[in-house]
Amino acid sequence: MTSRTTRSSAQRTGSRVGSRSPRHKALAAVSLAAVAALGLAACSSSKNSSNNSASTTPTTSSSSTDTSSPSTSTPASPAAGGSALPAQLNDGKAVTLTWWHNANQDPGKTAFQKVADDFHAKYSNVTINVQPFQNEDIKTKIPIALQGTPPDIFQQWGGGALAQQVQSGKLADITQYTQSWIGDLGKGAAGWAVDGKQYGVPYDYHVVGFWYRTDLFQKAGISSPPATFDDLLSDITKLKAAGITPMALGGKDKWPDAFYWENFILKECPQDAVVSSLDAKKFTDPCFTKAGDDLKKLIDAKPFQTGFLATSAQQGAGSSAGLVANGKAAMELQGDWEMAVMPSLTSDKDFASKMGFFPFPSVSGGQGTPGAALGGGDGFSCSTKAPAVCAAFLQYLTSADVETQLVKATAVTIPSNGNATAAITDPTLKKVLTYLQGVSYNQLYFDQYMTASIGNAINDAVSNFMAGQGTSADLAGAVAKAASQ
Amino acid sequence: MSTQSRTASRPGKPGPGAVPSDDVVGRPGRTKVRSGLRQRAELSLLLGPALVAFVGFVLAPIAVAIYYSVYKWNGFGPLTDFIGFDNYRRALSDPVFQHSIIHNLIIAGLSLVIQLPLSIGIALLLNRRIRGRTFLRLVVFAPYVLSSAVTAVMWSLMLQPDGFADQVLKSVGLGSLVQVWLGDLHVVLYTVFAVATWQYIGFGIVLLLAGLQGIPGELREAAALDGASPWQATRMVTLPLLGPTIRIWIFLSMIGSLQLFDLVWIMTGGGPANASSTMATYLIDKGFRSYEFGYGSAVAVILFLICFVFALLYQRFALRRDTQGALTRMVR
Repeated sequence: MTSRTTRSSAQRTGSRVGSRSPRHKALAAVSLAAVAALGLAACSSSKNSSNNSASTTPTTSSSSTDTSSPSTSTPASPAAGGSALPAQLNDGKAVTLTWWHNANQDPGKTAFQKVADDFHAKYSNVTINVQPFQNEDIKTKIPIALQGTPPDIFQQWGGGALAQQVQSGKLADITQYTQSWIGDLGKGAAGWAVDGKQYGVPYDYHVVGFWYRTDLFQKAGISSPPATFDDLLSDITKLKAAGITPMALGGKDKWPDAFYWENFILKECPQDAVVSSLDAKKFTDPCFTKAGDDLKKLIDAKPFQTGFLATSAQQGAGSSAGLVANGKAAMELQGDWEMAVMPSLTSDKDFASKMGFFPFPSVSGGQGTPGAALGGGDGFSCSTKAPAVCAAFLQYLTSADVETQLVKATAVTIPSNGNATAAITDPTLKKVLTYLQGVSYNQLYFDQYMTASIGNAINDAVSNFMAGQGTSADLAGAVAKAASQ
Repeated sequence: MSTQSRTASRPGKPGPGAVPSDDVVGRPGRTKVRSGLRQRAELSLLLGPALVAFVGFVLAPIAVAIYYSVYKWNGFGPLTDFIGFDNYRRALSDPVFQHSIIHNLIIAGLSLVIQLPLSIGIALLLNRRIRGRTFLRLVVFAPYVLSSAVTAVMWSLMLQPDGFADQVLKSVGLGSLVQVWLGDLHVVLYTVFAVATWQYIGFGIVLLLAGLQGIPGELREAAALDGASPWQATRMVTLPLLGPTIRIWIFLSMIGSLQLFDLVWIMTGGGPANASSTMATYLIDKGFRSYEFGYGSAVAVILFLICFVFALLYQRFALRRDTQGALTRMVR
């Protein structure tokens, strides 16, 4: 759950800092928030995990049909996108829904308010009472609200936390309302389902990879980004020789640590092993230990900035995102949201043109499924009060038109609706999108895939490992240990 | 007490059903009963709200926490998985929690050894007639006025590698002292303590200053006339008379050290690798981040018990004299 916190807090900070550059700030805030949310949601309950399709899905789906996506094409590929909205909601009777989201800063705040207003204009009997919360707040508010009266529409990051929340009996199964259009959102939408029932809908997707400074790579004499782990290690040596900190890492937040281990796992372990081990809550396959060994090798190369254990991921210029944005470090393993986070952390208006993106490099001898990636997404769930109306609202929110509008407002980075991806104009983000569309499967962040307690334990274990504590075997064993408690 | 008796003796002001004339006209025998009743009514009127608040917001939550703590519960749905004292066993056998307790104790010990003498020294200094005394008092107290969150964020920024703190050290030629303040497992707890000291010392000083104001100047004068040096006067007269205040400070400081949370949570989150975790950060991490509300409740109960037992013992052995009215009524 660390991940949520951090990401969210990052978002918060980002937005605050971002005031200098309003556009980015808002974007950052929103996307971060979303990310944060994702991170939070990470855990999957045992039930959920058994329905493993969810695990792989979240990000993959983002590929839109009309955008040429190499591997995965969304099931339904309607140019217009999905089925039409119902003509009337709630039999025309007045109804007010409360909507909790975490975009408490612009542009997300305004953009989401507009969506609510437009929906009211469409259905005059439906009023959406929008309540934006700071991401950290919303994370503790939702579990508490689920013990009483929950909001009718609320932030949802899927995965294990969703499965746990479903146990409260306060979340609506909206499968019957979503089945005609959920295909527009790609396979990733399965991350918001538990046991095949849709309990939420994603509005954006995320994927993790290396963000790097093209200028610093050039300065160190590196012509092209590393494709293999060995290349990466030699690039680290080159960067250090040139007096450049090779990698920035937000170790205080723990989930960025986990990104490394999880990516190494995806390189060392085939998809079956990853998914089945996650579902069994036991990392016994030797490939998991190998991933730890890889990580150890990377740590021993000392690529990270001084004091990385106490560095936050997104708060301030001294955060890992800030270091890269300010050219103080050459690369960072982070999600697509980073382009939204960074603007508020640097005064360099032109930093984006110096940024590049490359996927996590391959590991020689690794058994990982080619094209596997790590990611997640943000979405919303419905309470049992008015599921049909809520589902219609989510259908509207994730429609190609509205998502296009959200992307243009920089409230969303990579929309869940493939038909809205055309609105992405930033060249680097386009590259990320292409990468995301090409992945063979997009594994949900482990901390979000598992239940909160196990997810938190994974992040803790990797964080301790980064601090030099424990062995690769201990690291792999942390999952089973947490599951036994 | 005085309030109540005063109110009670004022005829018919608030007493329900007590008409003034009744008292006056009524037979002497009944007046007592009536005034007793009225006193009770007034007592319940005055004490009632406070009692309700105390039960509702203090006792009930404690009871609920104890109830939750014997279940394995993720916060959603009904509590069905009764596991007895397993949560307690798990907490007490978790090395991370054990270390958290030790960290709390280290902070408490350091407070006694470092914060207390420092507070007393500064308070004595500020109690003297020196130029700019009021201003200095304000300055010393200022950090306490800041919220912990602000303090924590501010210090996080200053303490980051090559940040303000490091640059100050380097500029005065103490560059060799520079540490990775928040990122070094062996340093971080002391860094946190230093920031906590910065924030809370103002409170201690103000408390002690108030205590010093209560010590009549004549006593020191008399000691001086008897030939006591200023140092002797301080040691033999001022400090003993300051005793009650110091004991109160120790009490507040110990409880504060045991419950230390906000500074640590924001600055380090208890990290790196749990090197700065406290009982409270452990509790929040497990309860809210891991959705282990049953387990988190057990940790909360343990934290409560530790504080409660400490408070009782301290009350019994250290504070009793003071609460009896140290200076005024000890002559027996």
